[in-house]
Amino acid sequence: MIRVELPYHLRNLAKIDGQVQLEVQGIATLNSVLDVLETRYPVLEGTIRDHVTKQRRPFLRFFACEEDLSHESQDAPLPEAVASGKEPLLVIGAIAGG
Amino acid sequence: MSGVRVLVGTRKGAFLLSADGKRENWTVEGPYFAGWEMYHLKGSPADSNRIYASQTSGWFGQVIQRSDDGGKTWSAPGGDIAPGPDSFLKPKPNKFLYDTSETTGKPLTTHQWYNGTQHPWEFLRVWHLEPSLTDPDTVYAGVEDAAIFKSTDGGKSWQELSGLRGHGTGPKWQPGAGGMCLHTIILDPSDPKRMWIAISAAGAFRTDDAGKTWKPINKGLYSQYIPDPRAEIGHCVHHIAMNPKRPGVLFMQKHWDVMRSDNAGDEWHEVSGNLPTDFGFVIDVNSNQPDTIYVVPIKSDSEHFVHDGKLRVFRSRSGGNEWEPLTKGLPQSNCYVNVLRDAMSVDKIDPCGIYFGTTGGQVYCSNDDGDSWQAIVHDLPAVLSVEVQTIA
Repeated sequence: MIRVELPYHLRNLAKIDGQVQLEVQGIATLNSVLDVLETRYPVLEGTIRDHVTKQRRPFLRFFACEEDLSHESQDAPLPEAVASGKEPLLVIGAIAGG
Repeated sequence: MSGVRVLVGTRKGAFLLSADGKRENWTVEGPYFAGWEMYHLKGSPADSNRIYASQTSGWFGQVIQRSDDGGKTWSAPGGDIAPGPDSFLKPKPNKFLYDTSETTGKPLTTHQWYNGTQHPWEFLRVWHLEPSLTDPDTVYAGVEDAAIFKSTDGGKSWQELSGLRGHGTGPKWQPGAGGMCLHTIILDPSDPKRMWIAISAAGAFRTDDAGKTWKPINKGLYSQYIPDPRAEIGHCVHHIAMNPKRPGVLFMQKHWDVMRSDNAGDEWHEVSGNLPTDFGFVIDVNSNQPDTIYVVPIKSDSEHFVHDGKLRVFRSRSGGNEWEPLTKGLPQSNCYVNVLRDAMSVDKIDPCGIYFGTTGGQVYCSNDDGDSWQAIVHDLPAVLSVEVQTIA
């Protein structure tokens, strides 16, 4: 079970309390995890990745295992610790704005 | 007795302000969607419990919210549908895709960018939501980069009326300082196929066939900040208002100049008259007196605050040219707020209630055609939009 932690505003938007636990078939990648997340919570479609390009929105970051995965390929396998559920995948809102 | 519900969008959430028909004692509810930019909220004329809201964020993009109980509860239309084997058929909530189809999306166009080059259309946010006059499930959205979308399923899915972008002048449109936004949508109660829209900085446009085809309606506008001041398009129209009892008579607050058209926008003439400055954003029309109009003059396009440190609404009872300042109850010293383009509204009670919100977080109400004003709230986040519902 993969654990995903969303930023405050997206938890509120999707009415999520705490971390999300997702069952992902096949190799766990950013895209495969986010596909499952958006299927379960359709309101999140477009809020993390662009609707069309599926690229990460500019002011969001993906962290896991104390590493910044934001610039990795979204189809690259996630760290084993994330795939096994030992560590969460963190979706982080950049510090910006007023 | 009838009452009113004022829908306030701010930089950090939405608020609902309610009162009975006297409009003296107010209940304030909110913030809803705390922390998000609420660009616009508007109720359906066909069902006062149906309210649409544009929730947007530089981080998370665009969300459309809908209430079916007068603002008590909200949900993103289509956003909570359980996935199933036919999930590829599910509605696409909040998805605003420009039409690029062979059948309706041609010709594809680009628009002018700040540096003069051509730039592809990129969706950023919904500036304005205009519910149908007759069907609660039909609503139009004016978006940035400028285009108009329509939903006929209560906001679950959106289709562009691409005849606007594709009609020919699109490559000459350009963004103003606030972006290239379609911010005004007016529906004609006497002709369901007629609609007006306005874009900064392109100008005003009209359709007479329910959005299939559009034409620029900017004859008579004069804008010194474009190479040809009388060009067909390129004008920075800030807002247009119309009294639904007199369709076709339009009032416009342009970047500079207050304008009037008596023939549905085919021609415009200036009615700035004795205003201390004719720069501004809002304009509205008294719901009972079609020749009584309101503006809030702003000092200039370089200094976006009210003139002389005084917050004054100016009223014309003659459809323009002769203006009087309305000051009773409004701060008359050390006031440097702005009133943004969608932040004024009128109710349908007699005498007419007029409402506006400021970038300083005040929402003011007049319950006597503008003669006097009270602040309903003083300290909200900067106000982006104000709409009022008259509740039977």
